[in-house]
Amino acid sequence: MTAETAFFVTAALAVVAGVAMVLNRNAVHCALLLVGSQIALAILFLLQGAFFIAALQIIVYAGAIMILFIFVIMLLGVDQKELLIEPLKSQRSIAVGLGVLLISEAMYLLVSDFVTDGIVASDPVVAGQGNVEEVARVLFTKWAFPFEVTSILLVVAVVGVMVLAKRGIGEQT
Amino acid sequence: MSIEPSWYLIVSAIMFTTGAVGVLIRRNILVMFMCIELMLNAVNLSFVTFDRMLGGLGGQVSVFFVLVVAAAEVVVGLAIILAIFRRRSSLDADQVNLLRW
Repeated sequence: MTAETAFFVTAALAVVAGVAMVLNRNAVHCALLLVGSQIALAILFLLQGAFFIAALQIIVYAGAIMILFIFVIMLLGVDQKELLIEPLKSQRSIAVGLGVLLISEAMYLLVSDFVTDGIVASDPVVAGQGNVEEVARVLFTKWAFPFEVTSILLVVAVVGVMVLAKRGIGEQT
Repeated sequence: MSIEPSWYLIVSAIMFTTGAVGVLIRRNILVMFMCIELMLNAVNLSFVTFDRMLGGLGGQVSVFFVLVVAAAEVVVGLAIILAIFRRRSSLDADQVNLLRW
């Protein structure tokens, strides 16, 4: 199987799983389709030589984050069905129209070479050293300070979640 | 025939638009949140593609930070959804209308 075949198959998988996720009414099926889309994206990362990011995508996104989603779906009850009626009139048609506008803008930018003009694609695999070593070297030298700042973000998130999720003292259920 | 970088960007644009339309048309808060994740994933694909086009690995480090922020965002968002569900017993976004005029 050549790289082109792999690209087209995984790109089609990612897009189809994403569209099916938006159209599916069952929340659990939505989560599973999102996992499929994310694994296809990880293969697209692999095709571009970003091995470390591909592994992170599967471990963090398709693993940890989606497990969290499934957990909350199970906690809140899987039988919550979405109503098909529209409370806001013509909300869906306006939304689809805005989506067509957005995709046509993006396609116009790509076709007009405004984004990609004058940029030559380099070799995806960094010669000599592996991708993980290169990313680690950049991450711990040039980007060391932002890397440390993310630890503050994670601490704030953990404390905030505890405050949000705990019930008041003496409050019933 | 080789894989052009712009093909990856087209895939990324399609996935981002799918996520944006999903946020607008869905009313289940959890599924809206999943659509936001889809948009973040599409942006990650753009980051990796531009990183390959420009070199220097800055894009892949950006994807790393996007992952960290997404993890924090998911945890806080799900806690907020849990708090909403405790008060309203519903996952419908239209039920959360306290600030509507």
